[in-house]
Amino acid sequence: MRVREEHRVTLVLDQVRKDVGAETHIRDVSLTLESGTLNVLLGATLSGKTSLMRLMAGLDAPTKGRILVNGSDVTGRAVQRRSVAMVYQQIINYPSLSVYENIASPLRVAGLPRAEIESRVRDAAKLLKLEPYLDRRPLNLSGGQQQRTALARALVKQADLVLLDEPLANLDYKLREELREELPRVFAASGAIFVYATTEPQEALLLGGRTATLFEGRVTQFGPTPMVYREPQDLTTARVFSDPPLNILKARKGGHDIALSTGGDIRAAGVFAAVPDGTYSVGFRAHHLSLDPIPGQAITLSAHVSVAEITGSESFVHLDVGQHRFVALVPGVRRLEPGSGVVAYLDPSRVFLFDEAGRLAASALAKAA
Amino acid sequence: MARITLDRLAHSYLPDPRGPEEYAVKEVHHVWDQGGAYALLGPSGCGKTTLLNIISGLVRPTRGRILFDDRDVTDLSTEARNIAQVFQFPVVYDTMTVRENLAFPLKNRRVPREAVAKRVDEIARLLDLTRVLERKARNLSADLKQKISLGRGLVRPDVAAILFDEPLTVIDPHLKWQLRSTLKELHRALDLTMIYVTHDQTEALTFADKVVVMHDGAVVQTGTPEELFARPAHTFVGHFIGSPGMNVLPCRVEGRTAFVREQAIALDQTYPMLGDGKRIELGIRPEFAELGPPGTGFPVRVRRVDDLGRARIARVDMGGYQLTASIPESLTEVGGDASLRLDARHVHIYADGHLVTGQGRP
Amino acid sequence: MIKPLDNRAWLLVLPVFAVVAFSAALPVMTVVNYSVQDTFGNNQFFWNGVGWFQDLLDPSKELGGRFFDSLWRNLLFSAIILAIEVPLGIVVALSMPREGWTVALCLVLMALPLLIPWNVVGTIWQVFARGDIGLLGWSINRLGIDYNYVSSPLAAWTTIVVMDVWHWTSLVALLCYAGLKSIPDAYYQAARIDGASRWAVFRTIQLPKMRRVLLIAVLLRFMDSFMIYTEPFVLTGGGPGNATTFLSIDLVKLALGQFDLGKAGAMSLVYNLIILAVCWVFYTVMTNVDADSTRAEA
Repeated sequence: MRVREEHRVTLVLDQVRKDVGAETHIRDVSLTLESGTLNVLLGATLSGKTSLMRLMAGLDAPTKGRILVNGSDVTGRAVQRRSVAMVYQQIINYPSLSVYENIASPLRVAGLPRAEIESRVRDAAKLLKLEPYLDRRPLNLSGGQQQRTALARALVKQADLVLLDEPLANLDYKLREELREELPRVFAASGAIFVYATTEPQEALLLGGRTATLFEGRVTQFGPTPMVYREPQDLTTARVFSDPPLNILKARKGGHDIALSTGGDIRAAGVFAAVPDGTYSVGFRAHHLSLDPIPGQAITLSAHVSVAEITGSESFVHLDVGQHRFVALVPGVRRLEPGSGVVAYLDPSRVFLFDEAGRLAASALAKAA
Repeated sequence: MARITLDRLAHSYLPDPRGPEEYAVKEVHHVWDQGGAYALLGPSGCGKTTLLNIISGLVRPTRGRILFDDRDVTDLSTEARNIAQVFQFPVVYDTMTVRENLAFPLKNRRVPREAVAKRVDEIARLLDLTRVLERKARNLSADLKQKISLGRGLVRPDVAAILFDEPLTVIDPHLKWQLRSTLKELHRALDLTMIYVTHDQTEALTFADKVVVMHDGAVVQTGTPEELFARPAHTFVGHFIGSPGMNVLPCRVEGRTAFVREQAIALDQTYPMLGDGKRIELGIRPEFAELGPPGTGFPVRVRRVDDLGRARIARVDMGGYQLTASIPESLTEVGGDASLRLDARHVHIYADGHLVTGQGRP
Repeated sequence: MIKPLDNRAWLLVLPVFAVVAFSAALPVMTVVNYSVQDTFGNNQFFWNGVGWFQDLLDPSKELGGRFFDSLWRNLLFSAIILAIEVPLGIVVALSMPREGWTVALCLVLMALPLLIPWNVVGTIWQVFARGDIGLLGWSINRLGIDYNYVSSPLAAWTTIVVMDVWHWTSLVALLCYAGLKSIPDAYYQAARIDGASRWAVFRTIQLPKMRRVLLIAVLLRFMDSFMIYTEPFVLTGGGPGNATTFLSIDLVKLALGQFDLGKAGAMSLVYNLIILAVCWVFYTVMTNVDADSTRAEA
């Protein structure tokens, strides 16, 4: 199943733009994707993930810009002439064919010899744990197994580019977990360029590889996943890559004093020390807000509990701090009455500072995860 | 207002069911208290939607009765039961504005106009829909449409219970947070029984006071989120709840020690009543199985480390079995060899999948 | 979705182009040629420019008067049958079963009238409605009503309308049925829970969701009825007098009866243009409704 070593492919999108009628779906996207990499497209619904994947596949042509495969311009070339496979959110299999025939179908269309088809199908089935089900019809399988069949069919083509558009979204969360754990192994075995679209930051983190965060048709950042997570270049990227949603408050720095929009002042320390005077957005993730005192100089916030959600081992506490609504993810079970007053603590070395234009001004990098 | 009682309820979609495997819902006997927030949690095909439809009256059960406040409603139609249901995808009346949508159930019940307007304004305020009241319902986003569906249920002052059938399925993750806390706040503000069906454990555990876990048509465990987490009554519950789920390893129990292959694990109870011929397993959640530097616990081989941002998870091999363990923040370097420490207070023993109560907890 | 370009597809269309050019485009050009000349088809042509068109559009002239009379008859006919067939079709669709073996039976029964060749339909009714040997005609006369479609314009019109309703209501019913089937169950369930009456369910759920199919049904029925020829021709031949002489029948009389090819050419072109204009209006409305619905469902 391994794509041959000599056949390494680089896909380049060069200033690609896609307009549909009056709307711009993709704005000036430039990306370079290499063989053997898993690239995650992370963004909300309608942020342009599917549009971008369609451009990569050749299902749509860009309004402006070029698409290059190994240096040659394939911008106008139809998808049938490109080496692409795609897996969709809706589980798509041929209902009247057995699993074996489903997986074999692209090879039969390509006219490969029987022995070759047999060996490739068996390899794919083994990789995706479908061997016991080869004789069954897809409708007699569970959702997870059906999606595995679709995935096997995509992989067996040994295409240079495999696109997966939220393939696990229609599965139960447990099935999703199981399949997601196997994906990195499947990807590594294949060696093609993988592009995986998702709306969930957790999924991007679990898959690893590289992540491109998308917002309103633009790629805000592209890089190794842990890096995009820990070192977002701008506010938009940090927001896209946070679940629970990123907490944000405003701060104005004047000399050594910082005035916070939540009320109160603090002395400039930690990340605040080195930045010039001005207004900043302070972003911090839910698990860095604590209800227990933290050592060192911490920002304290007087809050009222709006609602506390318990998940068994952790609690999501929704806090009202003045006009702000924050979410804190705290360990353990916290039964807090709505309306009760609490004090929340924030370590200033674990926040992101974004300037007025939304760009990252400072953060204590590795710690502010 | 309603206390909902399921009296030996069972349902089969086949006309002549023979064995229990032909029942979509196997016998359920359960009472839901007035004003509680409940969740029906389970994988696809476990019977939760069937059970919900039985409660709402869209399906008539093959056996058993259903009672609202001691009144037998089994034969009553949906309209007569005074329940409201929110479906998986938003159902709004396309030709009407938001206001007209919310007013619809009251208009059908011939409520006078001023009362309707007042009630609609009240509910719109509660659901933060006031600014879109005059807009046409069909052009709004999915989460607003779901709020409208919810509002149509809440607008009836006599509504007994609200049933939710996986309502957040089509909602974006960012908006799910808002909608979830809205639901929770609503539950606090209005004293209504709410029953929420889902396959997503986070939704179920954050919403409900009590969760009913279903598997294969049967209720496996009912309990608060902490109970389900800390003491799963069945290995299925341990597996299904928790992300990642509980580690389950075959073992042999002797005295106060469990043996997984040759690895001896100290237990904090004894299990004298285990008996023979049953499949004995040990269950421990990753949250209570901590990785440490080599030499500080059971020797394990680390196969993979996943970085979730706020925590790290390690997949390890211990004695030929695969386990998921949590990595404490203090452990910065994780190599191929490491140690595993298990918190004995959270080690559970299961016989044929069911939790065994031990004795002699120190 | 924009399909990828493949110029070889044009090769597949060439044979169709050739056939259409031969059987339609060339004859249409001939008609245009005739419409600006005065001829009886005997190869003697006198140039007339827009003469026939001026005559046609002037009700005081003989040609114009005739044209507008027939046009009026067509419009009246289309209006009547639409007013009957659309509501009737909806009612039939609502009454048809949704599941079980009866569905297939109903669908087959509904499809039967649509399968009959149109001149056979005309013939069936021609015999059926006859006062002497036709079951319907004879029964009506026996009931005391004086019914003779050969001599009474009212009877002729009624017979043609009833024949068309019998023939084509199934189409509307089947289209509406398809539209109804596509409504997800959850909508009906929600309506039940909201306590909506049957009429409210129809008005607020079924009718709006059927918008698209109804538009198609109306378009198809309007076009077909506006171009109607075979059935009335077989039934009444355009009579009594010219009570049921629709545009198409009049055209045939003009072209093949009187060999007035110039006038006929002009009339047929104007007839064609009217139909195209109506189609364009429908198309614009339909694509707007389509865009509206898809945006709503997003």
